[in-house]
Amino acid sequence: MIKEIQKMANQMRKDALEVAYNAKGKSTHFGSAMSIIEIVATLYKGILKINPNNPLDENRDRFILSKGHGVLGYYTALAEVGFLKKDELFTFECSKSSLMGHPIQCKQKGIEFTNGSLGMGLSLGIGVSIALKKKNLDNKVYVLMGDGECNEGSVWEAATSAPHFELDNLVLIVDNNKLQLGGTNEEIMNNRDLRVKFEAFGWESKEIDGHNIEEIYNTLKQPNPKNKPVAIIANTIKGKGFSFSENNNAWHHAPMTEAKYKEALEELKENL
Amino acid sequence: MKPAQLRMFAKMGSRASFGLACVDLAKEIDNLMVLTADVSTSAGLERYRKSFPDKFLDVGIAEQNMMGIAAGLSSEGYEVITTTFAPFQTMRCCEQIRVNLGYMHQKVIMVGLASGVVLGELGFTHCAFEDIGVLRSIPNITIISPADCFETIKATKEAIKHNNSVYIRLTGGANADMVYKEDYDFEIGKAIKLKDGEKLSILASGTMVAKAMKIADELDANVYNIHTIKPIDEEAIIEASKTGYIVTIEEHNIIGGLGSSVAEVISKHKLQVKHLILGIPDAYTKAATYEDLLDEYGLTSEKIKKSIEEF
Repeated sequence: MIKEIQKMANQMRKDALEVAYNAKGKSTHFGSAMSIIEIVATLYKGILKINPNNPLDENRDRFILSKGHGVLGYYTALAEVGFLKKDELFTFECSKSSLMGHPIQCKQKGIEFTNGSLGMGLSLGIGVSIALKKKNLDNKVYVLMGDGECNEGSVWEAATSAPHFELDNLVLIVDNNKLQLGGTNEEIMNNRDLRVKFEAFGWESKEIDGHNIEEIYNTLKQPNPKNKPVAIIANTIKGKGFSFSENNNAWHHAPMTEAKYKEALEELKENL
Repeated sequence: MKPAQLRMFAKMGSRASFGLACVDLAKEIDNLMVLTADVSTSAGLERYRKSFPDKFLDVGIAEQNMMGIAAGLSSEGYEVITTTFAPFQTMRCCEQIRVNLGYMHQKVIMVGLASGVVLGELGFTHCAFEDIGVLRSIPNITIISPADCFETIKATKEAIKHNNSVYIRLTGGANADMVYKEDYDFEIGKAIKLKDGEKLSILASGTMVAKAMKIADELDANVYNIHTIKPIDEEAIIEASKTGYIVTIEEHNIIGGLGSSVAEVISKHKLQVKHLILGIPDAYTKAATYEDLLDEYGLTSEKIKKSIEEF
């Protein structure tokens, strides 16, 4: 399983690169997508109970990309598992496409909610978690949020309420890449220790390497403790996978030039 | 509905009437969820909370989270009503309303308690005379301002059947004026002509409908209850314009509410009509009691009549 997930992650990274290059000078939030590739690949390949042939199946797990700008690490996974056709990926950010720079709700294509305005996905996930419990469905809700996103006050309204409602069908993953648009978290707004914070809010709180697929998989495989939501702080590297973009915040939303694209292709070949 | 019941609603006020409507709805609708932000007592929901604990959720004083949870429940097929005081139900969580209800089109019924200036003595933090203006520019949200407590109940029940999200704006306090003394047909988006006159047409919403009714005969005025501010009933406005003189009255800023909506229709259809907009001036005045504020703003029946005569 771990090898299969790794294979999918590699493919997603390659597809994201192609799509970013195809977007010709448009902002693609490339770095923000690269940090979540392993997490999303693990969810879609190894964890989520989903069926692309029956996208509205009530008995499905729900995934919410709260950090909506990370879409290239999301659409590429939806294409890998069959919610999207590969060709469709190349309509990314084109006029009237379903696949814009932030996700727009389309359950048929596996996109549960519209996101992009930060700090809102966790509340949506809580609503869904409550609904699933009321329906007596044992499916789970996974929300992926950014660390910069944790600046938003609404995140903490939601963080307070999930343990209060005893949502043991809810898993939050924070992509802790330690960079946000204008600089490092420390410079812009210091989140301090997110694991400790979520623990203090009443969550089962864990910290992992967000690029170590085995660790991500094993952590996500564990059931929630009774009556508790789980928060996983995944330490990641923004722009992961390419030497020019790793920890380089210029790649928060830099366009993919031909030179960088070629450089990236070479690096991919070396790594595979 | 018996007349005695209608009198009881008026005595209780719009908030308690809303609470009763929820009790009725919960008996019929399995997947109803009513959410509040720690205002269950103020929203008249105590009986509801005790009778239907599984259909009730208090999210604490966290309106943004409330609207996100509401949208999540709606996405899973629940009929969702949210409620708190009007400024917090609309402006405190405006971005969640815009994205989740407007853009994403998840249906939620929002009930804004004590809108207008009924809580004037608490200061303008607890008043809402900006709410219609703020919400009216967000697509996919219907806005209703019931004229009395009976209409609050009707609007709540109709909103459940409606396709869009709905904002129900409750104005006035307990011992409210009654506009309706017997049952009538209420349809979202369709204004109701309450009185026939020849000299002018008064278009009013919320608490101002009852005030208009008191002076209609003396002024020989048509009176329309514009209970739905959005989508506005354009045909009713075209019909009303035939007197050559339209007066709009609202317990809301003169910018962005009923008056603005009617002016847009006059402009769109090139109606040849004079239009007087009565409402709350675009200013935070010194806070005062409800009665004193209405008097200051010229929103008593006597002062409304005077403004119309002087126009």
